Amino acid sequence: MEFLVASAVGILTAGGVYLILRLRAFPVILGLALLSYAVNLFLFSTGRLVVNAAPILNPYGDQPYTDPLPQALVLTAIVISFGMTAVLVMISLGSFFENESDEINLDADDAAEERAK
Amino acid sequence: MHWIIAPVILPAMLAPIIAYVMRHDITLARVVSFAGVLGLLGLAIGLFVMASGGETFVYRLGDWPAPFGIVLVLDRLSALMVFLTAILALVVLYHVVATGWDKRGRHFHALYQFQLMGIVGAFLTGDAFNLFVFFEVLLIASYGLMIHAGGKIRLKAGLQYVVMNLAGSTLFLFALGTLYASTGTLNIADMAVKIAQVPVEDAALVRVAGILLLFVFAVKAALFPMQFWLPATYSNAPAPVAALFAIMTKVGTYAILRIHTIAFGPEAGAIGDMVTAWLVPMAALTLAVGAVGVFGAKRLELLIAYAVIGSMGTMMLAVAAMTPATASAAIYYMLNSTLAAAALFLFADLYLSRRDEDGRLILAAPLSQNGLFAAAFFAAGIAMVGMPPFSGFLGKLLILEALSDGPHITLAFSAILIGSLVMILGFVRAGSILFWKSVTVSPDPDAEAAPPLTLSQGAGMGALVALLVALTLFAGPIYDVGAAAADQLFFPQGYIEAVLAPHGEG
Repeated sequence: MEFLVASAVGILTAGGVYLILRLRAFPVILGLALLSYAVNLFLFSTGRLVVNAAPILNPYGDQPYTDPLPQALVLTAIVISFGMTAVLVMISLGSFFENESDEINLDADDAAEERAK
Repeated sequence: MHWIIAPVILPAMLAPIIAYVMRHDITLARVVSFAGVLGLLGLAIGLFVMASGGETFVYRLGDWPAPFGIVLVLDRLSALMVFLTAILALVVLYHVVATGWDKRGRHFHALYQFQLMGIVGAFLTGDAFNLFVFFEVLLIASYGLMIHAGGKIRLKAGLQYVVMNLAGSTLFLFALGTLYASTGTLNIADMAVKIAQVPVEDAALVRVAGILLLFVFAVKAALFPMQFWLPATYSNAPAPVAALFAIMTKVGTYAILRIHTIAFGPEAGAIGDMVTAWLVPMAALTLAVGAVGVFGAKRLELLIAYAVIGSMGTMMLAVAAMTPATASAAIYYMLNSTLAAAALFLFADLYLSRRDEDGRLILAAPLSQNGLFAAAFFAAGIAMVGMPPFSGFLGKLLILEALSDGPHITLAFSAILIGSLVMILGFVRAGSILFWKSVTVSPDPDAEAAPPLTLSQGAGMGALVALLVALTLFAGPIYDVGAAAADQLFFPQGYIEAVLAPHGEG
């Protein structure tokens, strides 16, 4: 279980970091999405991994429970990263239609414009 | 005691009303936006007076006791920062309305209010996860403001800015997760208590979390090696928006001051001096990058953006030393550098909108009010690089004096002094190209003369210069305010006791 979660976080992060270093907007967006999945999974495990337990303290017995706070944090993080990804897609679409390319790099473009003047 | 949350609620309520009810009526939106910022200034003054007594006020949301519920904390430092934000917001909003920037795109005023909500919330919160949420609020509004009015390069720079900050947010979440896993709390005061109890052999994870958090805040504060997003963003954003962004780098500084002094400060046992050891070289390199950037910048806005980086480096050298004296100097310098950077960006807006060479530092025919613009650039420029007689000089002097009995004296002195020299040279080069050598260029007879600067348009920039003068004239009392805030910051027991008190007045 621990190994599975840890390697999932690691692989997702590695893939995400690889993708956000690309020069095109689309892989970068995918990379950020992967990174946000990785961090959500990671946040889940910060309250220790417990299987088959409710996130509720039970006053009547020594039943195992899982920490509810990371679940609330993950929910917040999911909502925020979902919204942010939507904004990012819109801005990159805007940039794509304005610039007629989805390249991220600014300097080459700037320099070209400088030369044209 | 509900006043503490009022500066967050006010813009949060106004923004949707402006966005949904007044989107077709720019006059109404302006009036309401102005009223909102004036209200924010009133609240900020009220909170400032309230906090100046030295008490730490805690607002518990939903009246849940502290480590379980979210708290907002008002002390001298957060009140001062909210006050600074409100002043800057008012001046920048005035400038935006006077120059008609808000009509060049949609929803400017709604985004502006959301931006203020996020900044003020980040200054007031006492909970690390809540800090993340307010960071996201201010960032998502800043994305909209950054690409306000559109344009090819601006959209592309905006895309980079968004990607950079989303990666930063992910890192923030990783840091918070690590912190929660190792201390079991996200309340800043509670975290300070728990971290001080961490035994040395278990401290590795907490150290990782602390350094991750430091890097996240370094992204916001544009510290080396995370400074590279700032020049492209600030120089391509609408200039008045860049003027407001001058406060956003300070949000990163504030977060380092707050969290890394209270929770990871010198008293945090096992964590010890880790933060200083990382921050000092980062700050010195930031200053070097800023200075070289100012010297080599080809465009006026790029030059100002690098000057902002340089000033962040200077400020961080003082913050990194983590003593009350250096923090007081840093707070004074922060007031100066925020206002000076904003003044420079407003100047750039007024000046460049009257010339057509796209802000590049090349010879072109002078404007009819060449002397006036030169004086404005001179005033804001010397405040920024720290030449007498303005407050930038006093701020640097205070920082140097505070650092003079510290262990990093050689590095700090050489970085600040050499950096200042190179920055002065950069500003001199820009000023002489724009204002002195340009006089030799005869104007194109066919070209239409640029509209002269009217009093109403220049008033925003003028107000900032007047504030800088006031900051210089009243340096003593203002420094005392900063020193009082720093003393309170370096007495974390007061903060911790106030937040974790069993039952407050709520």
